[in-house]
Parts: sequence; structure tokens; C-alpha cells
Amino acid sequence: MLVNQFLILGAVLFCIGVYGVIARRNAVMVLMSIELILNSVNLNLLAFALRNGSVDGHVFALYIITVAAAEVGVGLALVLLVYRNRKSIGLEELSEMKG
Amino acid sequence: MFAASEAAAETAAVALKSGWFLENAWIIPIIPAVAFALIIFFGKKLPMKGSELGVLSMLASLVFAAGAGFQWIDRVNGASEEQFIDPVIKTWTWWQSGGFDLTIGQHIDGLSLTVLVVVAFISSLVQIYSLEYLRGDRRYTHFFASLTLFSAGMMNMVIADNMIQLILGWEIMGLCSFMLIGHWWEDGANSRAALKAFFTTRTGDIGLLVGTSILFFSANSWTQEHLGVSGFSIRGLSAWALTGNPGSVAITAGAFALFAACIGKSGQFPLHTWLPDAMAGPTPVSSLLHSSTMVVAGVFLVARLFPVFYEGMNIYGSSMNFITLIGGITIVIAALLAFVQNDIKKVLAYSTVSQLGYMMMGLGAGAWLPAVFHIFTHAFFKACLFLAAGSVSHSGSHHSFDMKKDMGGLRKYMPITFVTWVISTLALCGVFPLSGFFSKDEIIDNVGHAGYDVFMIVGLVGAFMTAAYMTRATYLTFFGEPRGAAAGEHHEEDSHGAHDSHDDHGAHDDHGAHASHGPHESNAFITVPLIILATLAIGAGFLNATPFGEKWENMKKWVEPRPVVVADMDHGSVGEMRGLRTADTMPATTDTVVATEDTIVVMEEGVSGEAKTAPLMAAAAPAESASGEEGHGEEGHGSHSSECGKKTPDAGVCYAPYVKHAPFKWSKAALSMLIVFAGIILSWLVSVQLYTRKAGFFFGLTKRNKLLAAGHAFLVNKYYLDHLYEKIIVRGIAHPIAKGAYWINQNVLDGVVNGAGIGTKGIARWVYRNVDQRVVDGAVNGSGAVARGAGGALRPVQSGKVNQYGALLFAAAAVAGLVLIIINT
Repeated sequence: MLVNQFLILGAVLFCIGVYGVIARRNAVMVLMSIELILNSVNLNLLAFALRNGSVDGHVFALYIITVAAAEVGVGLALVLLVYRNRKSIGLEELSEMKG
Repeated sequence: MFAASEAAAETAAVALKSGWFLENAWIIPIIPAVAFALIIFFGKKLPMKGSELGVLSMLASLVFAAGAGFQWIDRVNGASEEQFIDPVIKTWTWWQSGGFDLTIGQHIDGLSLTVLVVVAFISSLVQIYSLEYLRGDRRYTHFFASLTLFSAGMMNMVIADNMIQLILGWEIMGLCSFMLIGHWWEDGANSRAALKAFFTTRTGDIGLLVGTSILFFSANSWTQEHLGVSGFSIRGLSAWALTGNPGSVAITAGAFALFAACIGKSGQFPLHTWLPDAMAGPTPVSSLLHSSTMVVAGVFLVARLFPVFYEGMNIYGSSMNFITLIGGITIVIAALLAFVQNDIKKVLAYSTVSQLGYMMMGLGAGAWLPAVFHIFTHAFFKACLFLAAGSVSHSGSHHSFDMKKDMGGLRKYMPITFVTWVISTLALCGVFPLSGFFSKDEIIDNVGHAGYDVFMIVGLVGAFMTAAYMTRATYLTFFGEPRGAAAGEHHEEDSHGAHDSHDDHGAHDDHGAHASHGPHESNAFITVPLIILATLAIGAGFLNATPFGEKWENMKKWVEPRPVVVADMDHGSVGEMRGLRTADTMPATTDTVVATEDTIVVMEEGVSGEAKTAPLMAAAAPAESASGEEGHGEEGHGSHSSECGKKTPDAGVCYAPYVKHAPFKWSKAALSMLIVFAGIILSWLVSVQLYTRKAGFFFGLTKRNKLLAAGHAFLVNKYYLDHLYEKIIVRGIAHPIAKGAYWINQNVLDGVVNGAGIGTKGIARWVYRNVDQRVVDGAVNGSGAVARGAGGALRPVQSGKVNQYGALLFAAAAVAGLVLIIINT
């Protein structure tokens, strides 16, 4: 069934996103990976909405898109400030801990 | 798919021809869209840095568009005179939601093909021109990517089958115009201009969304029931608007909201202020944006949804409506502003605004075809003018656009640029055998004919002013004594930033190579597009040369939708009763073609429109004498018997309202020619006094006469509209909010904070003495030892590295997921 394909695509996107979050050093890339994860969730919601023939999933997806946009706005602002202070957006350089 | 659904064959209607290019016109915007992606990803690695992909995609689009155009002409020629030429519509489901299907697809008819061909043609030439003009630019690849995407957006908008797809293209263009205007964003003025263009058009775009929503919710149930398409569909909306069903409030509100978007996009008063500032972009961008794409989008929308505006704005209903009013105001104010500009591109920008005013006024007065034809002709000569201006600055005036400072006398050095400029200027002024005459004069003529007398006079005044300011610009640029850079002088480097009219080539390292010597002619990359465009500026008008009789009115035949009543699905039974066979089946799936049920209900001869709609006609054009009607009766394609747009059709639907056509009279043409030549000669004489002899009555007139000085200052400051928007509206809204927030911050928040601070201090003192010193310290010291041990153990986990945290998080989630699965199975 079609839903399967949606779910598989969602899973693939999710994995790519998780990989990005873990492996990327660049904060912007991490943010983008988080977007991927969110969108894979969106896909799942839409797939199930399609299967159940209800609009709820679509509404949720729209909400997620909105919240994700806000989140990226805040995230990029943070990255910008970090960059101004440190001239770098490498995540591993952000740590001030000694351990 | 083929329109020859056999059903229609035996009726009065001839089966419509179609062809591969027509059926697959949706490919046209796909080509540049794909090219855009390729340029962005691989452009920098290619030998010509991606520009070859842009040029090739444009040429391919042009071939496809031209093919579709020829097949459309074939389709029209093969049809009978009275037949409605069905647009070639093809749709796919784009997305579904809650049982609602939104489609994406193509709606190809004469109008969309006209604009498609123009867009593809101008884009190709502009890209070729840019090869030379932006050679060595810092963001060369990105420039071509944006330019290509821009054309893709416009083409997508033009072929759009529904409003959502149209908005998609519309917004792509908005985005790309922002990128292109701000191409040299290192200069603050450029990025400000880009932002201004973006935000100003966004202001209008609110109307686009609102209007689309209003129309959708009003029309959807009707269109679903009768045509099987959604309320976003352009075909559905057109038919719905002409049924007489729509509540007048809904359609009026929808039309006004949509027109707000057109005001923003097409630079109509009062949102025209972004357009001259948009000259901050590279000249090829100005040429593309202001001839055939961006600014034409608004005019195109009005032409596309003409039935909606026809009903909503009550065109023909009175001697004035909102569209003509805005158009008329725009013509005059923009033309006046063009007189006080020193920047050659800004003169052209205001001229564009003014010409867009003509198009809008024409549409508002029901002169649909002349307005669309003006889009067509204007694209060629305005693109030519912009490219010529670019050529002047590129090779003649050391990248300056200041006519007073750096130009003059260039006709000797740049003969090709000069000749093409003059041809295009004459075409723009509307001098007889050139293309502008056939479109602009038709607009003015038809506006008068439809009963909008005041606006006809406005149009004539506009024609006078057009001739005058273009003569002034021509004189300043090409005649008189060379000044500044045109005389071979060099700019001091520090003066570069001083005037904003400077095409600052970011990484232009080869200044010395081609600009160190005096003015010279540009090379073939620039002159060949100029020559092609100038040729079209001469010849394009003959596609619809009204003065030579009906045989020459090809555009009218090919492009103008015929106001014929067409049977819709719901009225199929009516058709059968009349002995007509209707289409056998409704389209079963969404990806089949919808608009092929071209069964035509030929209206009975007895239904003569004049008799039934006499009151309406009388109100619209009281002066229209019966003889005038007779005079051009034969050219109306039987539209006199059409009831479309006048009353609700008894059966079937209309897709286009009936429009009037003014009979051509040589006397009227002679009058407007006289006005144009008066403008040219007068302006020439004044220019000589002002700029060469520097003496005489007109020289220093604004300094001697206070009233004129005030008027001049008023114009130089662009009617203070920018001040109004920036200083009063923006600040008026932003300032009180900021002030209020500051007050709350100082008094409320600080008070709370300070109070809390004092209270806390007291409590803290007490706690310190009693609790902290005695109870806590003991516990702390004990727990400290424990914590240190635990901390040492956990330290590696809390490394502060986000990636590591993320990995732990996902690992934990994965483990939890596994546990869940195991438990559940």
C-alpha cells in the first residue's frame, strides 16, 4: 500500500536527520538535520491521515511546520550570536567544560 | 485528450486541432526550473560557470513556447468563426486534503501563449546580453541561477491552471526579484532597494491571498457542481463570475483584493515606489523585470481573471471604475516623475510604471485586447531601451547611469546603441508605423469608445508626456556635448559610492581592460540582442495592425477569448433537448483533460444582445451612436449576439465577457500623432535651452518662479510618498509600540524587579543567619564529598558536546523503542 512507502521514506529521512545531528559539527547543518527529522514526522502524520481519511494529521503537520519555522528562527539567531562571540559555529568548540 | 472528442464533431463546432507542443506546454516552465537546480549545484564546475545552462534552457523554452504558439494558431484557424476556442487544460492532483483535490497543471490559451513567448524570448536575449555585461562578476553563477528561476516562476504563473499555482509562480518571482535587485548587496543601498521591492509587493500580496480565499469560498460549490473543478481553477472562476450567480459583495471584494496585489506587483499608484528603486539591480535584471516579467504579472492577473474584474469592478457599467482610476493616476504621476530624473534607468523605470498604467487603464475600460497587445509590444521596446541604457553605461559612461554627469554626445561613439534606442523610443512614444502605436493608440481609442472619456484625455496627456520625457532622456544621453565619463574623464574611486546610480561591479577587476579609454560601442553579445529587439520594436505591431483592416488583426483572432456560450456538464441535458450531442463522459480521473467537452451551443439568431441589454449599454456609452455600432459590426465575430457578461446565460456558461472594439479612424490617429510630435519637438527645444545653451526662458525657470520651484521639489521628492511610508506609516506604527514597551519596561517591570530584590534581600539575610550557617553547611559539607565522587564518575557523559548528547538521546530512544517492540510481540 501507498502508506508503506510514505513510512519508509519517513524512516529514511529520520535516519538521515539523526545521523546529521550526531555527526555534523556545524550548528547550521545540525539545525537542518533537525528540520529533516521534523519533516519525517510530518510525513508519517500525513501518511496515517491519508490512511484514516481524516484531516487531523494534516492539521498537525501544519502546526509542526509552523513551530519548526519558529524554532529555526530562534536557532539561527542563537547561531548568529554564537558566531559573533566566537567567530565559529563549530559545535565541539562551544563547550566550556573542562572534562 | 484531443479536443476532437467526437461528440463535438457533428455540431456546428468544428473539432479543435491540437498538437504535441500544446498538450505538453507544462514542460516550458519545467525546463528553466531544472536548469536552475543544475546551475546551483554544478554551475561553478562548468566551463562557462553555469551560464550556458541558463541560456540553453531559455532557448529551449522559447522553442517549446513558439511551437505551442504555432499549434495554437493552427487550432484557431481550424475552428469556425463562432466557436469558443477551448483552452488546452491538463491537470494532475497536486495534493489532497480532507477529500479536496488541489490540482496543478496548465491552462493554455492565447493569452498565456502570448506572454509565454514574450517571456521566453526576452529572457533568452537578456541572458545572452548578461554573458557580456556581467563577465567576471563575483556571483556570476548565482546571477544566472536566479535569472533562470525567475523566468521559470513567471512561466509557471502564466500557464497556471489555478490560483494556487499562480500564487506559487508569483511568489517565486517575488523571491527572485529580491535576490536579483540585491545582487550587489555589499552596497547598502542595493540591499535596501531589494528589501523595499520585496516588502512593498508583499503589502499588495496580502490582497492576493485574501482575494483568492474570498473567491474560493464563494465559487467552490458552484464550480464543483457545474464544471467539476475547484474554486481555485481559473477556468472555473471565469465561468462562475459570468453566471450572474455570484453575490455582488463577494465578487467585488474578491476583485478589489486581487487588484491590490496587482497594484503592488505592477507598480501602480500608490505602491509604485519600489519600482524605480529596483534599478539598483544589474541592468539585465531591470530589463527583464520591467519589460516582460515581474511587473507584467499584475496586468496579466487582471487579464487572466478578466471576468472576475469585469463583474466585480463593473466594467462598462459607469464612466469610471477603480482599475481605470488607478491606471489613469499612475500614467500621469509616473510620467511627471520621469521628467526630474537624472538617472537614465530611473527615467525608464517611471516610463514603465506609466505604461503599466496604460495597460491597467485599458483593462479597466474593457479594452482587453489592446492592453494585452500592449504587454506584447511594450516588452520588446522597453527591454531594448533598458539594454541600450546598460550598453551606454557598460561601454560609454564608465558604469555610471547619471545622464547629466556622465553622458551626452554618445551617438557618435555608439551608433548601434543610439539607433536602437531611438527606434525603441519612437515605438514607446507610439509613432505611427512602430509597434507602440498599434497598442497604445488602440488603448486610448478604446477607452474613449467605451465611454471613459476622462481617461481618454488622461491617455492623450500621458502620450504627450511620454514623448517629452523620452526626448529629454535621448537628448541628454546622445546629443549635446560629452560630459564626465562620456568625455573620457575618469571617476575618482571615492566618488563611486557617492551616487547610487552606479552599477558597481563587485569584483570587476578588468576595469582597466575595457573602461579605461573613452566611450566605444559594446561588443556583439550586447549589440545583437539590441538589434533583434529593435527590429521587433518596429515590426511587432503589425500582428494586430487595426488601421489596415480586419485581415491584419491577427492578435484579435488568436488571442481574444470569444464570448460564446458553452455548454457545461450540468447543462448537458439542455444540449440534448436541442438536438446537440454532448460529451459522452466526464473525465474519470483527474489527470485527464477537463476542457475538451467543447460542445458549443450556438445561440439562436434571435437573441440579439442589443435589444435585451439596451439599458446597460445606454448607461455605459451614451454617446455611442447606432451608426458607430454598424461601422464595426462585421469585425465583432458575432459578439453582438453574445450575451456573455451582460446577463446570465440561459444554458451553459461563458468563459469570457463580451468586449467592445473601437472602430479605427485615421482622424483620431492623426490627432494622437500630432500630440506625440508636439511633445517631441517641444521637449527638444526646451532640452536644447536647458542643457546645451544654458540660456533662454526655460533655463533656471524653477529658480525664478517659486510655484514652479515648489512643484519641482515635490517631484524630486517623489510626492513625498517614500517619506509617508517610511517616516509616518512605518514609524507611526513602530514608534508608539517601542515607546509603550519602554515605559512598561522602566516602570512596571523594573518596579517589580526592584521590589522583589529588596524583599528577597531581607529574607535572604534571615535565612543566611539561621538556616544556611547552621543546618545547610553541615549537610553541604557531607554531600559535597558524595557529589564529588558521583561527578567524577559522570563527567565523561556531560561533555558539553551537543552531538554526544544527541547520540545518547537517540540511542536511548532506540533502546526504548526496541523494548516496546519486544514487549508488544
